[in-house]
Amino acid sequence: MKEGTGSAGMPEAGTVAVVVIGAGHSGLAMSRCLTERAIDHVVLERGVVGNAWRHERWDSLRLLTPNWLTRLPGYGYRGDDPDGFMTMPEVVRFIDQYARRISAPVRTGTTVTAVRPVADGYRVITDQGAWRCRAVVIASGAFSVPVVPAVAEAVPTAIAAYTPRDYKCPEQLAPGGVLIVGASATGVQLAGEIQRSGRPVTLAVGEHVRMPRSYRGRDIQWWMNAAGILDQRYDQVDDIVRARRVPSPQLVGTPARTSLDLNALSDRGVCLVGRLTGIQSGKAQFSGSLRNHCAMADLKMKRLLAAIDDWAEASGCADAVDPPEAFAPTRVDPSPRLTLDLTSGEIRSIIWATGSRPDYSWLEVPVLDRKGAIRHDGGVVEAPGMYVMGLPFMRRRKSSFIHGAEDDARDLCAHLVDHLESCHRRRLVSMAG
Amino acid sequence: MNMNSTMKVDNGVNVEALLGAREALAKAPEAARFQWRASCNWVNGTHSRSTVKSYHGLGGEQAHRTEFTFDADHPETFASEDNGATPVEYVLVGLAGCLTAGVAAVAQNRQIQLRSVKATLEGSMDIQGILGMDGDVRNGFDDVKVCFEIDADASREDIEALVAQSQKRSAVFDILTNPTNVSVEVK
Repeated sequence: MKEGTGSAGMPEAGTVAVVVIGAGHSGLAMSRCLTERAIDHVVLERGVVGNAWRHERWDSLRLLTPNWLTRLPGYGYRGDDPDGFMTMPEVVRFIDQYARRISAPVRTGTTVTAVRPVADGYRVITDQGAWRCRAVVIASGAFSVPVVPAVAEAVPTAIAAYTPRDYKCPEQLAPGGVLIVGASATGVQLAGEIQRSGRPVTLAVGEHVRMPRSYRGRDIQWWMNAAGILDQRYDQVDDIVRARRVPSPQLVGTPARTSLDLNALSDRGVCLVGRLTGIQSGKAQFSGSLRNHCAMADLKMKRLLAAIDDWAEASGCADAVDPPEAFAPTRVDPSPRLTLDLTSGEIRSIIWATGSRPDYSWLEVPVLDRKGAIRHDGGVVEAPGMYVMGLPFMRRRKSSFIHGAEDDARDLCAHLVDHLESCHRRRLVSMAG
Repeated sequence: MNMNSTMKVDNGVNVEALLGAREALAKAPEAARFQWRASCNWVNGTHSRSTVKSYHGLGGEQAHRTEFTFDADHPETFASEDNGATPVEYVLVGLAGCLTAGVAAVAQNRQIQLRSVKATLEGSMDIQGILGMDGDVRNGFDDVKVCFEIDADASREDIEALVAQSQKRSAVFDILTNPTNVSVEVK
């Protein structure tokens, strides 16, 4: 990768049309689209290409989407296992090869410390000098900072606490019980492997999304892709605020293609409890709403599968696939545990699988709402010439997936080019006047 | 054949007003803070009389059209005079009222015509708790069961979804299933 052009002190690293922040799959997809349109840009990366995939995930994690669906603009999977799921080293290799193939102008080891508005654009300040640009694309990750609820402060100090960012493998945990808070993809995956390691898991379950790995002989992602569900646009759903908050589905990508729902975890001996609602005098309290949360997830899964059946019928592919399948309702203990004494020694570790959020701590442009989320319309941020990539359901249901970057990058790149052209026109007019 | 199918769905819930309120409150979240009140006077024995009238919300003082009165007592099994429902029965009444209102509102929003909605509730407890006989037994309900019988122009699954959504958005369901800080003072 190229060296920074700056010298001593607080150098001007340079002037470009566009600064892309982050060299993950989103930033690189945008870089490729900008290159196609001959837009002068740099991609600033705090670490190395694909940094978060490399350093901030647990060991066993694989993508939730099959290899054939894992693609970036002008680039796809070419191995001999199209139905497999990439491990993290494979994802890193995939993204790294992409960066080389598209000759992305990446500046690695360059941490952005501030983005400020200036006349006709932005000043992007980094630990390697400052850039002047007309447009900024924020592709620094949707899942950078683990979100841990305030109740975490009440956990007794004898219990070791982890987030999915610092959890790597079960052996890292002390022998003994583990409380996992949250039952999205992360929570169920960790519950499965930690239970298997001989550490009894209690899983606190709130609102969740149940999904079988395969349905009627095809991968669930094949169906969602084929039926157009993944392409559904942000301006076509009833309640986009809610759709963006939906937790990740209870899926795992394994060579065995197994489903990892709550029934599968119960079979392995995982103890299901309701949402963690408080910790008082060292006792964790769980909501009595577990039954309803499971009933809702079962109903929503049935609705999804019914929509898939309807599509299969309408598209004429129903005969080419297996017949419809029904899945057993989620089994819930008639009276699940409501409290758990965290001082008894039963629980030695707690893992907060309670979601994550982007990090905008360096963003000195007033575009955040009262909850700290960026205000945008399908990735077009409120501030002119500012764009964001990779957020859940940002433009499409697939926006936060690797294969979702392409369509979003093309749309946003087109908007960005229009913006640059209108800036240019304005400058000409003011010069003429 | 079905007259209702050609008519507009009407469960008597003004969903437009509720959705409008949601939109207005998104712009002024402080107006969404409500305070509900009740006052209670001891009558005699275990008999008390509570009233509700005023409440606070939408940024100002509000009031019911009339004052509502509730007599609470205990039945003769408890050597009381049975001048009203027991307080724990009021809790069931609160849950039933909340979930049923939710069913109607969600049905209206989903364009489902209701014909009848009946809920039966059971709250179980071991009174060794309130009698102080066994410290391991809690005072309150150890189990609450609600059974809905709903007649509506909808599939069984859609009706189950109505009931599930109603629980998800219910204040009393939340109050019963999650802990709440309660402070009681003497003036």
